[in-house]
Amino acid sequence: MLKICGPKLSLCGLIISAWGIVQLVLMGAFYYVQSVGLAEDLEVMETNYKDADEFYADADKAYTQTAYNCWIAACLYIFTLLISGQQFYQNSRNSLDA
Amino acid sequence: MGSLFRSEEMTLCQLFLQSEAAYACVSELGELGLVQFRDLNPDVNAFQRKFVNEVRRCDEMERKLRYLEKEIKKDNIPMTDTGENPEAPQPREMIDLEATFEKLENELREVNMNAESLKRNFLELTEVKHILRKTQVFFDEAAQGSLVSYPQMADPSREEEQVQLLGEEGMRAGGQAALKLGFVAGVILRERIPAFERMLWRACRGNVFLRQAEIETPLEDPATGDEVYKSVFIIFFQGDQLKTRVRKICEGFRASLYPCRETPADRREMAMSVMTRIEDLNTVLGQTQDHRHRVLVAAAKNIKSWFIKVRKIKAIYHTLNLFNLDVTQKCLIAECWVPVLDMESIQLALRRGTERSGSSVPPILNRMDTFEEPPTYNRTNKFTKAFQALVDAYGVANYREVNPAPYAIITFPFLFAVMFGDLGHGLIMFLFALYMVLKEKPLQAKKTDNEIWNIFFGGRYCLLLMGMFSMYTGIIYNDVFSKSLNVFGSHWSSVYDMNYLMRNKDATIDPKDAYSSTPYPVGVDPVWQFASNKIVFLNAFKMKVSIILGVAQMLFGVILSLWNYRYFGKRLDIYLLFIPQIIFLCFLFLYMVLLMFIKWVSYEATATDERLLPTCAPSILITFINMVLFKPAEPSGNCDPYMYGGQGGLQKLLVVVALLCVPWMLLAKPLYIMRNQRKAHLPLNNHVNAVEENGGAAHADLESGVQNAAPAQQPAHKPAGGHDEEDLQEIFIHSGIHTIEYVLGSVSHTASYLRLWALSLAHAQLSEVLWSMVMRMGLQREGWFGGVAVFLMFAFWAVLTVSILVLMEGLSAFLHTLRLHWVEFQSKFYSGAGYTFSPFAFEVILEQAASSNDD
Repeated sequence: MLKICGPKLSLCGLIISAWGIVQLVLMGAFYYVQSVGLAEDLEVMETNYKDADEFYADADKAYTQTAYNCWIAACLYIFTLLISGQQFYQNSRNSLDA
Repeated sequence: MGSLFRSEEMTLCQLFLQSEAAYACVSELGELGLVQFRDLNPDVNAFQRKFVNEVRRCDEMERKLRYLEKEIKKDNIPMTDTGENPEAPQPREMIDLEATFEKLENELREVNMNAESLKRNFLELTEVKHILRKTQVFFDEAAQGSLVSYPQMADPSREEEQVQLLGEEGMRAGGQAALKLGFVAGVILRERIPAFERMLWRACRGNVFLRQAEIETPLEDPATGDEVYKSVFIIFFQGDQLKTRVRKICEGFRASLYPCRETPADRREMAMSVMTRIEDLNTVLGQTQDHRHRVLVAAAKNIKSWFIKVRKIKAIYHTLNLFNLDVTQKCLIAECWVPVLDMESIQLALRRGTERSGSSVPPILNRMDTFEEPPTYNRTNKFTKAFQALVDAYGVANYREVNPAPYAIITFPFLFAVMFGDLGHGLIMFLFALYMVLKEKPLQAKKTDNEIWNIFFGGRYCLLLMGMFSMYTGIIYNDVFSKSLNVFGSHWSSVYDMNYLMRNKDATIDPKDAYSSTPYPVGVDPVWQFASNKIVFLNAFKMKVSIILGVAQMLFGVILSLWNYRYFGKRLDIYLLFIPQIIFLCFLFLYMVLLMFIKWVSYEATATDERLLPTCAPSILITFINMVLFKPAEPSGNCDPYMYGGQGGLQKLLVVVALLCVPWMLLAKPLYIMRNQRKAHLPLNNHVNAVEENGGAAHADLESGVQNAAPAQQPAHKPAGGHDEEDLQEIFIHSGIHTIEYVLGSVSHTASYLRLWALSLAHAQLSEVLWSMVMRMGLQREGWFGGVAVFLMFAFWAVLTVSILVLMEGLSAFLHTLRLHWVEFQSKFYSGAGYTFSPFAFEVILEQAASSNDD
């Protein structure tokens, strides 16, 4: 198989991917259940609303959207996890051969 | 078992070794590694000692081994490191070893010399080959040119004399006499070409013609083994004078010239012979390399154990050089520091050594009395080692002094965590340390030169605790990457209706209505994450906690000094130093801590008495300043400036007593010593025995640590007079410095503990900024593209989190913790003026030699 990353880069990718998967899945879950602690990071908090219901509707939408975004990112990290895992394996095998 | 609280009890021993058994005994002691030998002939220089010859022979062997190792490394042959630890060989085996190394070295040198000359030969031949090939091109070009206007330069049908530079036209035009056109060909380093060309042009005034072509493949320099790029050149000239000049220039530029035949046929023939010779040489070279390889592979199998053996022999003879020879020349006398608890095992080792050497006379190990300060030896294991190292970096403890390391095992990670409190960052640190702890053995075997990694690895247990404690304080601060966790549900609730909230951006929540009046079960209520006065609230909390922790640690330090005084029998110092010190600290600073608790307990929002409402709570700092300055507290409004009845009077009393402690610390001890001296002098004049009567007090003084006073206590030996005055002065100055240091220190050190709050604030703010500046950029992105934005921003945020928040902030918190321990804590009881016990141990010697070898 193709070897792109060195041993250090692949290890770095591996760690960040694993961390990303765990944290982003959790964050997605928290956004999904509309955790108040994470509300600060939503766009809706920075705009002024005249009407409370409108605000709540938008906030609900933003919560779900961000939850999905987090999960998408987590999926992307699964992808990078696989790539860097493969690269890491390749590197460790190469170093054994040498 | 030795305890960690104090250093090991040591004793000075005299060791009589029979000459024949000395070597084996020292070898056994080296394996054991529990004996520190003293140099008994410090005046004798290294070349006059008894075993110089042996040490020299070992040096020579080591040099040969290093040469072998270098050659092995050059050929990339793996050296087998079985990890076995061969015992130091008998002295008679040394000769065998020497012979082996000698043979190996000679063989290798010979092979190398042969290889080098073969390679030089090979290089010459390849250069000739290239010259022939390249010059062929030049001659061919010339031949083609001659079809047009020039005659062939080296036409065999013509006389050389007739060949002209400008050909027949030139001859016709100029009518000059026919000239001989000669040439030289050679090879030169490519980077020298421009200078070479210029030189030729200038020296020969443009009368020579240089052609050059690059050799594409790099050639190997036989001397250094480097790959060099070279060029072939050919120079045409006319006449003998130019020829010598050209040759000289070539010599100057280290160009190698080769004879080159003039006729194409000769050149072809030469090329053929060169090719065959190159082939022959290649086979010979291959055989030489094979031989060299075989020799090195055989050596590589044993080289590690050889190194160990030679180094052990050398260490043994080096140690034997420290010994004294007794008059009969039959035995060696050594003096050594030995841990009392290990006397048994040392005796056993000595017996083993005697048996091995076949000697019948057992060695004698004699305990000696000495006035010298013994070395400090703290027995550590892999867990306590890092903490002991942190303490020793400041100063090695005096012999049998209270060792701060066991307390640092808890206080160090804890104070660190107070500054580094974040569940997420603590978890990262914890996982990293956990990895190192779990993979301890394989990581240890994999030795690296990476200094930073070695520092991390050495302190892995410290890091593990630091990570764990940071997770704990993170839970208390309720911070996970600057976000709060709402595990139990906030104990605050909103009391405003929608209408009010839609109109006001910020609303104040009064704890009287909104707070459920039971606290959040663990740590800070998550509701504070949204409060705009979060920092104000947390600052008040963290500052108070810092002072409380600081005063507790300083008090603990002062109490540890009591242990020191009691252990060393300085009863006087307990009354004259320890008690005023502890009173000073308690009456001022512990009282301030008490005020904090009183303030926390007695004021609340739901209080019915309006003087106990939060608005009436007095500032601790102002109260404390007023207390020290004897200023009466001023009431404001309906509030009572005092927290309890009689506070003003009590505070005055506390300050007065605390201030009285200052002259107590300053003067009591010197005055006491002075009075004792006078008492000791008077009866001395009448009766010497009077000293005995006074012995109790005088004795206490003797041991009171003021060493300068010690000679003054023995007037029988020294004439009393001016000396006493000077000593007294010194005592006064010493005690003055000590007192000022303590009094000012208590104030500044208490303030210094505020760094716990400051660093913790900085850490929390930095992580919040990082989240809102980086992570939020990803999270706020609208639409489905947001997923990719989160993906990218998370990676960026993660890298910054590790590099800035965990590494840099971690380092800064670590350094501040170190300072708090070294200065604020240890200054209360620790003198740290001892020296370490450095036993004679093969393990240490081999490690040092290996690491210095790698550099």
